[in-house]
Amino acid sequence: MKSTLKLALGLASAITASTAVSTAAHAEDLTLCWAAWDPANALVELSKDFTKETGIGMKFEFVPWTEYAARFLNELNSHGKLCDLIIGDSQWIGGSAENGHYIKLNDFFDKEKISMDDFVPATVVGYSEWPKNTPNYWALPAMGDVVGWTYRKDWFSKPELQKEFKEKYGWDLAAPTTFDQLKQIAEFFQKRQIDGKTVYGASIYTERGSEGITMGAMDVLYSFGFQYENPKKPYEMEGFVNSEKSVKGLEFYKALYDCCTPPGASNSYMGEGVDAFKSGQVAMHMNFAFTWPGLQKDENVGGDKIGYFVNPKGPDGDQFAQLGGQGISVVSYSDKQESALKYIKWFANKDVQAKWWSLGGYSCLNAVVKDPKFPSSQPYAQTFLDSMAIVKDFWAEPSYAQLLQASQKRFHDYVVAGQGSAKDALDGLVKDWTQVFQDDGKM
Amino acid sequence: MLNRTADNVARATPEPLARKIRGISDKGLAWLFISPTILLLLAINIFPLFWAIYLSFTNYRANRPNEVVKNLGLSNYQRILGDQDIWIAMQTTAHFVFWTILLQTVIGFTLAWLIDRKFRGHAFWTTIILVPMMLSPAVVGNFWRFLYEPQIGLFSYVISFVTGIPPTNVQMLSNVELAPWAIIIVDTWMWTPYVMLICLAGLRSIPEYIYEAAEVDRASNWRQFWSITLPMALPFIMLAVLFRGIENFKMFDMVNLLTGGGPGSTTEVASITLKRQAFESWRTGYSSAFAIILFVAVFGLANIYVKALNKVKQR
Repeated sequence: MKSTLKLALGLASAITASTAVSTAAHAEDLTLCWAAWDPANALVELSKDFTKETGIGMKFEFVPWTEYAARFLNELNSHGKLCDLIIGDSQWIGGSAENGHYIKLNDFFDKEKISMDDFVPATVVGYSEWPKNTPNYWALPAMGDVVGWTYRKDWFSKPELQKEFKEKYGWDLAAPTTFDQLKQIAEFFQKRQIDGKTVYGASIYTERGSEGITMGAMDVLYSFGFQYENPKKPYEMEGFVNSEKSVKGLEFYKALYDCCTPPGASNSYMGEGVDAFKSGQVAMHMNFAFTWPGLQKDENVGGDKIGYFVNPKGPDGDQFAQLGGQGISVVSYSDKQESALKYIKWFANKDVQAKWWSLGGYSCLNAVVKDPKFPSSQPYAQTFLDSMAIVKDFWAEPSYAQLLQASQKRFHDYVVAGQGSAKDALDGLVKDWTQVFQDDGKM
Repeated sequence: MLNRTADNVARATPEPLARKIRGISDKGLAWLFISPTILLLLAINIFPLFWAIYLSFTNYRANRPNEVVKNLGLSNYQRILGDQDIWIAMQTTAHFVFWTILLQTVIGFTLAWLIDRKFRGHAFWTTIILVPMMLSPAVVGNFWRFLYEPQIGLFSYVISFVTGIPPTNVQMLSNVELAPWAIIIVDTWMWTPYVMLICLAGLRSIPEYIYEAAEVDRASNWRQFWSITLPMALPFIMLAVLFRGIENFKMFDMVNLLTGGGPGSTTEVASITLKRQAFESWRTGYSSAFAIILFVAVFGLANIYVKALNKVKQR
């Protein structure tokens, strides 16, 4: 009995001691929070170099996109200490800055000689600044992203399809440059038999729960002439959000959904879009650029079979694309801010950024993306560059969540459920957004 | 002899425990034992309820912790009661509750009545029927989503086989007309066994001699059903309706998994609206007011129903 007791005590002491040692060794480990997606895996790989250089271990908290905002905004709102570093969505910047969730990085950037001029301007405005277009930085641009399109180059190059298309529409079947062309191509492929399979025109964003349909519809609306507000009078939305051009844009998006998407695609976002393209269901596929490295490597649809094109032009020749991507910030509730800043300093380094791109992340550093070799470094690199040059983003106001929920509802009700008209939807949106800004005391 | 035994028993009986613990009476000891439960209830039920009531009169938003909290009086309640979207969500909820309860009660009672016939293998079939109820709603929601899939879903193919409509046209979750029924079908599939179990308990509680007496009086099977089976099982049926009614009024998981409230807002029941307002739009005060309104509605309706149930029982 005594020996059993001794053994138990010995084991308990050993376990306690080893736990204490391990706790001490990992006391400075940093936790980085982000979405669970392909670039996150690349970041895990990249961060091993940081640990090698500094001895600071990295832990990661990745949450699926559908839960990403709710999970991490809850964490920030409750002043949680889970995340030392966070790669937060671009639209969170206003709320996170005003509510003190992120630490301001201006002094740190000055001290470490990190200049925002070294980064792609759109990403600085989109991911780092609050208020927008002022030199107040709350994040370092980390992951450039933008909505663009992929298409089945192998289908487009089939001689019999090219011939039939030319006869029907009078122009050569190729990646579209206007939305009219895009719709014609989508109609052409809809329910067509290719290699013994029924295929469909295009996969577009229709998701209702988080931000999907807004990201998709805005991608079209911008190029049709939609504007969030009067450029001369902030928050004045009447005649801008619901302008005639905006109405036409939303009608186009609904027409595209009705005519040319796969059956049952009423709740599609990034994952569903990738599935539709990978499974050979669709000829074209709207998605954020982060999906492209994975698709390029895909055995069935990647390689020579895939092509990329920038979001097409609207009827008046305007061309914009919905900005995605995120900046990396230090959480103000973290006890390890010094180490977290070391990570940011390391991440801003040119060599690290170059490796980031090579691993599948999208660098925002000019030195990387303006390198002469960059456009030919990947088949999608030029499309990414061209897309990043025409980005627009959703509201980044502290009330962005309410603004987003309103557009999700209005767009889904009209585009997917077919309730009311495009004008009704946009008039309703002006009403909803006005209410939000009035509640915020901004109107 | 008896007196001596009683004395021995009295001597052997220990003093009340309370007297051994100095300063604590029996009543005090009772409070000591139940206080952890009371404290837990206060912490996780009563306090949040009163806190939600307080928040419902304010403009508080959980994502703006630094903002000054203003008292809005009844403004949140007025806005909710005047909000057309809220009323549409309530109508959707009522539609869902009505049809699920109707179908589950009719099918559940019929199944219970058949199982009660005690045919050969009835125990096996009872177990099979109960399987859906034993599954997690998350699992049920996910696999029905696949079943409803227009291109590969079994449900679409069965409908196509029966009706001749191409399976890709059977878009249960994308079609505005069909989506509410898609949810009703799944909920009915999952919870009818529960109603069946309660009805079966009711049917088995009817004494056999009543039927024997009816047969002596040459009452037909139909007459026996209407005059004995249904009235005597009615309190059980009503109980099942009460349980399912309360559950379905706050239905969230199945709708969220199957349609997320879509297409558009066609399946957006009240609990989905509440979640969106509270955790996506972060209108904490507003959503607290909505939660209180829902609570009062369910509580009030359940109370009226329980009174009716008691009346039926007393008959």
